[in-house]
Amino acid sequence: MSLVHEVDYGTPRSRAAKTVTLTIDGHAVTVPEDTSIMRAAMEMGTQIPKLCATDMVEAFGSCRLCLVEIEGRPGTPASCTTPVAAGMAVRTQTDRLKRLRKGVMELYISDHPLDCLTCAANGDCELQDMAGAVGLRDVRYGYQGAKHPDPGKDESNPYFTYDPSKCIVCSRCVRACEEVQGTFALTIAGRGFDSVVSPGMEEAFLSSECVSCGACVQACPTATLTEKSVIQIGTPEHSVVTTCAYCGVGCSFKAEMRGDEVVRMVPYKDGKANRGHSCVKGRFAWGYATHRERILKPMMRERIADPWREVSWEEAIARTASEFKRIQAKYGRRSIGGITSSRCTNEETFLVQKLIRAGFGNNNVDTCARVCHSPTGYGLGTAFGTSAGTQDFDSIEHSDVVMLIGANPTDAHPVFASRMKKRLRAGARLIVIDPRRIDLVRTPHVEAAYHLPLLPGTNVAVLTALAHVVVAEGLVNEAFVRERCDWDEFQDWAAFVAEPRNSPEAVAKISGVPAEAIRGAARLYATGGNAAIYYGLGVTEHSQGTTAVMAIANLAMATGNLGRPGVGVNPLRGQNNVQGSCDMGSFPHELSGYRHISGDATRALFEAAWGVSLDREPGLRIPNMLDAAIDGSFKGIYIQGEDILQSDPDTRHVAAGLAAMECVVVQDLFLNETANYAHIFLPGSTFLEKDGTFTNAERRIQRVRKVMQPKSGKADWEITLDIAKAMGFPMHYDHPSQVMDEIARLTPTFAGVSFDKLDALGSIQWPCNEKAPAGTAVMHVNGFVRGKGKFIVTEYIATDERTGPRFPLLLTTGRILSQYNVGAQTRRTENVIWHEEDRLEIHPHDAEQRGIRDGDWVKLASRAGETTLRALITERVAPGVVYTTFHHPGTQANVVTTEYSDWATNCPEYKVTAVQVTPSNGPTEWQERYDELARKSRRIAPFVEAAE
Amino acid sequence: MSPDKLVYMANQIGKFFAHQGHDKTVAGVADHLARFWDPRMRDAIIAHLEAGGDELDPCVREAVVKLLAAQHNAGANSKSS
Repeated sequence: MSLVHEVDYGTPRSRAAKTVTLTIDGHAVTVPEDTSIMRAAMEMGTQIPKLCATDMVEAFGSCRLCLVEIEGRPGTPASCTTPVAAGMAVRTQTDRLKRLRKGVMELYISDHPLDCLTCAANGDCELQDMAGAVGLRDVRYGYQGAKHPDPGKDESNPYFTYDPSKCIVCSRCVRACEEVQGTFALTIAGRGFDSVVSPGMEEAFLSSECVSCGACVQACPTATLTEKSVIQIGTPEHSVVTTCAYCGVGCSFKAEMRGDEVVRMVPYKDGKANRGHSCVKGRFAWGYATHRERILKPMMRERIADPWREVSWEEAIARTASEFKRIQAKYGRRSIGGITSSRCTNEETFLVQKLIRAGFGNNNVDTCARVCHSPTGYGLGTAFGTSAGTQDFDSIEHSDVVMLIGANPTDAHPVFASRMKKRLRAGARLIVIDPRRIDLVRTPHVEAAYHLPLLPGTNVAVLTALAHVVVAEGLVNEAFVRERCDWDEFQDWAAFVAEPRNSPEAVAKISGVPAEAIRGAARLYATGGNAAIYYGLGVTEHSQGTTAVMAIANLAMATGNLGRPGVGVNPLRGQNNVQGSCDMGSFPHELSGYRHISGDATRALFEAAWGVSLDREPGLRIPNMLDAAIDGSFKGIYIQGEDILQSDPDTRHVAAGLAAMECVVVQDLFLNETANYAHIFLPGSTFLEKDGTFTNAERRIQRVRKVMQPKSGKADWEITLDIAKAMGFPMHYDHPSQVMDEIARLTPTFAGVSFDKLDALGSIQWPCNEKAPAGTAVMHVNGFVRGKGKFIVTEYIATDERTGPRFPLLLTTGRILSQYNVGAQTRRTENVIWHEEDRLEIHPHDAEQRGIRDGDWVKLASRAGETTLRALITERVAPGVVYTTFHHPGTQANVVTTEYSDWATNCPEYKVTAVQVTPSNGPTEWQERYDELARKSRRIAPFVEAAE
Repeated sequence: MSPDKLVYMANQIGKFFAHQGHDKTVAGVADHLARFWDPRMRDAIIAHLEAGGDELDPCVREAVVKLLAAQHNAGANSKSS
């Protein structure tokens, strides 16, 4: 094994279609127009010395090291800023150039510390490399230069240091922050020898606007910005390309290793989802993998009040199987089930649902998409015929209008948000539909053309009002609709949306959004060029979540914004493999590839492959499982990598459901909140410890590659195999690639997928089959998967969760950049420095009415329950609306959320809860009781060797 | 399974289909229950219907009747086969 080295071409790739031919050092080379000479030289294998140039940012031309001579032109221009021209003859190495470069390097080195042997970048320093490249043997100006003013290292950021004495003021970090990340947190302060990189207004990195994405560290050619892990461990010696296990963007990383220790995670430039960028979670927050709280041995206990007892794998697996068999014998075949993990691989997810359907003999399998994007599956499946986003992420580069609904990508999908911001800075217009004034409404060099701050729960009304404007003002793309969609259904729909009750003026009274804003946004979406919709859980997690997804599909079809780059309907998926877990047949009513379990032909295919008969009836969904547990008909559950106690709504109901079961088996990295109610704990493995694939929000299947052995001794897929064998349904696989081969045999949209092909192509977007052997970037290009696109009438039905005198405010919940979902991973990293607790955002008006000051403890109460947390007074939320995150179990935000759910899928209505907020001076009774329960539940008895 | 919750859920489904008119609403709700509800949930709502069907919206009630008929037919078919 060795380090994966990526070629740095010095400047970005030109997108020009036309090519030109020139000669460099006498060799002809043909490149696209607008390519820099530096890049053209690199493409033929000649590396022109450089310091300020790197292909992640535009050329800057400041270091004067990349000079070349061009026949017929005076001087020695910088090759990074000089574009190629037809017939141009370039010389990259002449006596004059050698002299000039050496002179430049002398100046750099005269002002740079020469502590190379003890420098963290020793062996990985471009300044060092360039000194070698130009043949620097002496520095005429001596080595005692003034150096940069050295105010000392800035070590405030938990993950990297800033050492100004090593800075060569190349501005790569400043440009990366602007061009790649789009935060504009850095600048160069001072002039001449006083020049230094300055975060914000000459602040420390930690207190500046810096979002710790790592782009500056990656861009830095010296040790000025260096990962603390490199300083502590040393430089890596080999690397493996793998996929991030955080959000649904699916960034590719090089896991850079020394032995089996991760030194750093570096975003992979060839990663088609992230194109070499990263966020604070994927880049830095992987320390949870070796956190002291990880459980590495199986554990069991008779009752949840007992302490845990460490046992052998054999004992834990045997007990799991015997308990499940006992329960089925006593309560019936359908009395047990399981939950697949959207954090695990496709192969692991497929095996869990196979175990349940074929080994348990029922379809009681569900996944966390139940509580996030299940309405996307139902809504887009009904409208288009397939339940996934229509585009790839590259599509954003062709968008003229972006409509962002109920999503906050700068926090939840930060790497894609950076690409979106880049396009917006280039001129695309933005419409934000969100109750909160999210960052994208107004952020450096980006301002939304329209922000529709609708009242939580009124999505369908506003989306239908947008459609009203499209229809009433003659903005329908009739040619597209006539060709691609069911015309009769369109006419029914058009008549419905045109009704006066759906006009912006009528909807303004319901939603609180001014009619003119709705009209303006609709006109922009329908007439502004390529218009793309991106949406998140602010759309789906409502009692009308599915209806809202259908309304989005209607809008896109009516305006012809489907079937080509730059447009489409794009659900931003939450977890790393939530798309994959849905694709793999994790829903109780369908097998892999979204085929209903009642289909005789589909079932027969699986029955023949698996050698068992399958139940033709749909199984229980997660909320139904909990209801059935309380009712006494559901008694055992196998939960792989999902913390339903913290993540699912109405925590007390979830707790009651779990407590009513006779055998709860939790497979996870840590003793999570759900494990407080578990009888058997099976230690899981991180994404670093196994092979497999994840599928991201753009349907892109990417490899996860093992870089170390599973710390518990078994990868998650191996544990599922052991349970299956003990249950009497042995499944034989030697490697996850064989599971993917089976998936491909049984799933038409995956028919052409294999590990070999993934290794060859890097990644594949499904559908991948005979018709599309390399995958499919954009869906529905020549027609919809279902045939004709289906327009669906979207009647607005107000949620039954209403404000009133007792609960006058509306609570909505979401994520923050530094934390991830239930926080099991990110809370066990240095990321807690940015978000050590959940806070309640409240408008100054509402706070003042209640006598609440910023930072005060407040009680947040709904009819479901109450909790306490500290207040954050902000105008990001409108009067009457409050907001919090759900990352910390101490807060348990879901104690407050209710059992209301989407009509079609039971996706919980997290985004609308009527609440009251009052000053508080201590934790609630529930928090105190729960804290006590959690403390007791996590006791582990000392290990006792079994007697001979 | 709590009949109150199931009735609420079934009525929610009915409200989505309501604009399609009586026949399509009844068919739509019945189909949805058959395709997405676990058998014990369907049994519970049928039991609720047989116990009087309180709070079921009219079209939803008819959908549950249709579900019951379908179950009888399926039972009859399986006995005859």
